[in-house]
Amino acid sequence: MTGIAAAPPVFVPAARDRTTAWIAAAALATLAVVPWALEGGASALRLAFGGTLSHWPLLAATALALASAWRGNDRATAILAGGAVVWTFAAGFAAGPRAPSFGIGAGVALVALTVCFARAIARRGTFKGDPTVATIVVVIAALLAIFIFFPVGKVLVAALFDAKGALAPALAAERLFAADVWGLGCFGGGTGCGVAINSAMLATIVGFGSTLVGLVLALVVQRGGQRFAGIAKVLSILPIVTPPFVIALALVVLFGRTGLVTGWLDAWFGIPRSRWLYGLPGVTLAQLLTFSPIAFMLLHGALGAISPALEEAAQTLRASRWRVFSTVTLPLLRPALANAFLLGFVESLADFGNPIVLAGNYDVLSTKIFFAVAGAQHDPGRAAALAVVLLGLTLVAFWLQQRWIGKLSYVTVTGKGDGGLPADLPRPLWFACFAFAAAWIAFTLVCYAVILTGGLVKDVGRGDMTLTLHHLSQGFGIDWTSRATIFTGSAWDSLFTTVEVAAIAAPLTALVGLLSAYVITRHRFAGRRAFEFLTMVSFAIPGTVIGVSYIVAFNVAPLELTGGMAILILCFVFRNMPVGVRAGVAALAQIDRTLDEASSTLRASTVRTLFKVVLPLLRPAILATLVFSFTHAMTAVSAVIFLATAKYNLATVYIIGRVEAGEYPLAIAYSSVLIFLMLAVLLAMQALVGEARLGRRVAPVLAPGG
Amino acid sequence: MTSPTDGVVFESVTKRYGDVTAVDDVSFRVAQGELVTLLGPSGCGKTTTLRMVAGLESVSSGRVLIGGTDVTLRAANERDVSMVFQSYALFPHMNVLDNVCYGPLSMRMERAKAREIAHGKLAMLGLAGLERRLPSELSGGQQQRVAVARSLVLEPKVLLFDEPLSNLDAKLRRRVRQEIRELQQKLALTVLYVTHDQEEALAVSDHIIVMDGGRIAQQGTPHDLYESPASRFLADFIGDANLVDGELAVTASGASFGAGGVSAPVRADGMAAGPATLAVRPHRLRLVDAGRGLVPGTCKRAAYLGSRAEYVVESPWGELLVFDADALTLRGRDEPVGVDFDPGAVILLAR
Repeated sequence: MTGIAAAPPVFVPAARDRTTAWIAAAALATLAVVPWALEGGASALRLAFGGTLSHWPLLAATALALASAWRGNDRATAILAGGAVVWTFAAGFAAGPRAPSFGIGAGVALVALTVCFARAIARRGTFKGDPTVATIVVVIAALLAIFIFFPVGKVLVAALFDAKGALAPALAAERLFAADVWGLGCFGGGTGCGVAINSAMLATIVGFGSTLVGLVLALVVQRGGQRFAGIAKVLSILPIVTPPFVIALALVVLFGRTGLVTGWLDAWFGIPRSRWLYGLPGVTLAQLLTFSPIAFMLLHGALGAISPALEEAAQTLRASRWRVFSTVTLPLLRPALANAFLLGFVESLADFGNPIVLAGNYDVLSTKIFFAVAGAQHDPGRAAALAVVLLGLTLVAFWLQQRWIGKLSYVTVTGKGDGGLPADLPRPLWFACFAFAAAWIAFTLVCYAVILTGGLVKDVGRGDMTLTLHHLSQGFGIDWTSRATIFTGSAWDSLFTTVEVAAIAAPLTALVGLLSAYVITRHRFAGRRAFEFLTMVSFAIPGTVIGVSYIVAFNVAPLELTGGMAILILCFVFRNMPVGVRAGVAALAQIDRTLDEASSTLRASTVRTLFKVVLPLLRPAILATLVFSFTHAMTAVSAVIFLATAKYNLATVYIIGRVEAGEYPLAIAYSSVLIFLMLAVLLAMQALVGEARLGRRVAPVLAPGG
Repeated sequence: MTSPTDGVVFESVTKRYGDVTAVDDVSFRVAQGELVTLLGPSGCGKTTTLRMVAGLESVSSGRVLIGGTDVTLRAANERDVSMVFQSYALFPHMNVLDNVCYGPLSMRMERAKAREIAHGKLAMLGLAGLERRLPSELSGGQQQRVAVARSLVLEPKVLLFDEPLSNLDAKLRRRVRQEIRELQQKLALTVLYVTHDQEEALAVSDHIIVMDGGRIAQQGTPHDLYESPASRFLADFIGDANLVDGELAVTASGASFGAGGVSAPVRADGMAAGPATLAVRPHRLRLVDAGRGLVPGTCKRAAYLGSRAEYVVESPWGELLVFDADALTLRGRDEPVGVDFDPGAVILLAR
């Protein structure tokens, strides 16, 4: 078995790259036929003949890329296709805002050329020579660059310019460090604090508060046994189906100046009506109610992950219930508590729905940014500066979370199922927690009851409880009498648009998110960590910042998208994508990698493996991502309030409009319709997922071994 | 010197992960119709080697040939090999028949034809009637056979096994390894087999390649490896062995090995005098009454195992492990004994 002579390699890579050539041909055909610009009209070829000289290099490069792909010259293909994409953007931006914006023809051609580039570099050896992986990574990275990094970057730059478009670093510094941003007047100066201080203060209070409430609820539910399992389920569903301002609406109805409770207090106890709700107390209360369920879910999971054996060990070492709780249970929860705090902090910073309804004179960043753009002052530079501040605060919180808490985890779940019972809480603590949890849940139920009934009575805000269908028919009236059914209600348009946008965005989000998760978990390639980071970044960017970024970046050529439906869809896809990535990564971790390898050794291509093995096994994750991105698109406010227009209005934006106009009953009626709609979607999807898990699984009949 | 009759040729293959060299300049060949086992402790590079044959790991340097064709740059799905995975890797969402049809359908075979072939292989492995079951509804042994059927159905040039028996219980393991060996001989399959279990390797292989630290420590037939291991590592790794460091003395009348002041006659087989290690299998040692035998000692521990008795004897040569086939009379603790062996029963290794 020695003396092996070197034989010449018999294997030669296929010279002709047919697939890439077909894609390049498609790009060329698109350039020749499909209208280039957003307004339609002529194709790139006809524009080139008509005098748009910048199209000639693009056409030439595409044609040459086709030729070199056909000949198998991958280096030339990569350079030509990549160059064509770069040239197109450079020429587009150089042409200035008056030039026509990219339309369907430009979009299709650019995507096709990017795919050609990715496949060509894969054949040159990058991405381990896998063209499918290369295509997924390069296309998604390019999309993220255009729809996340370009707009956010443009906002950062916009903060440096004055209203006339001249570079003004002094003005930028003034905006960033102004007293109305960072002022500390509320601590004894007599005036109010700066808006950044206000936001940070609110976020800190809400972070602590929601963690505490979440912990109490989690202790009661987790240690209370099966009795409270239902509560856990309800609490985990509520945040998903509730539009972010609904709690605020309920609080106004209950505690506003003319609210139900306010009225009773005035009538029975002589407590005068006041506007205490509008400001820090009201926003804090609303955000606590909104975000506590999220802290609850996190801590409920963490409590469940503590091995009962640890607590039993402490008990056998003569520890009292107090001692077990304070020396074992609570310390083990520390990382989860810190996580819950930071999550509450970030959610509060990014929240737009509650402050817009309740903040009154207590300015916070998210609403201030909105008014800087939409209000009378119309100062995009100031909005951009505030967006930078908000982004900075959020990123610091996320950085802390990754840096400090990510490492601080005590994993107590081992592969072996540890038996045992979790320790009982100390009696006084248990009763205190139970009483608080009961009161909190009752309060939450009252809030939801107000929303669900408020739309059906004459004026819940003023205590007029006469039953009426007036509000529902105002919003959702249907004229059945004429020949064609006419949707006469004023809310229909926005509801239809919302459902349409959400229904288009959801599958796209799932696709982009899960494909990213697939290449991240299943393939090793240079830059994998960087790619993973890119896909998760938009998670840390508050919606308000994205909203401002999109109107700053996408209101001029060559990427003019504002005013249309596409920008709403794009916004949802790229904002919700991290959730798809997370769900996909988690689900793929459960699927043994050797299944992919087995498929591969059975001669299946990457594409076949993806469709026959990976995707079928990912079905629950796909459905979860679909539900999440659909409901998230239905309830989102902060980003899309900048982007919705009269023609393409969204449900949440419409409701905010009604609130601002003082039409509370209609807003409440619409909110309850939204809640029911999303609950229906959620339950339907859950039924589907349940079936996917149980389907075909007959009780296993084990044949005798062998 | 490569020819189409070679199943697998591995030519100076090296695999590096960053600074770590997992497989270091390894060359071997597997002839057609032969079952070759890669054997070694965990982390020795045997599984990495197998995965490089499959195309699941790329090669840092060197060449891999299958059936005389260079496949070094080909992806796993372009190589004429199939693999039986340690976890079986049966697709949990497909029934047995769909699992077995998967390969032929990947190669765009007609569905009816693929099914026909699949049924044939399933019948051959005694799995007829289980076609509609999901993998989760099968016993471990059945799952293992489905995995084999799924790999066989493509009739690959080379079949790869990655520790295929490690998820089975001890009794079943013995039976299944015989079945694999019979199947391989019946169909004249070319097989590369990975295991860390030396008994399994001895039982199934035509050739064994023992790996250690990313290199080949020794290769040969099971008999070669067991009877004439080339190093301490091999003597210790394959089977049990007593290893004694001492001096070899060679005179005209014969050779003797001495350690701890006690010498015994041995067969030197042309080895030069000097420092040497003596390796002897426990079952080649006999326990005799005190005062007789070659090495005196004291019985320290005794265990009765039914078919034999196991003793640990303290002696000038160190602690010696002795398997005594005579288990009728068990010797007591601290009883003085003698240890005896035939001069030809020991292996001498240069130090």
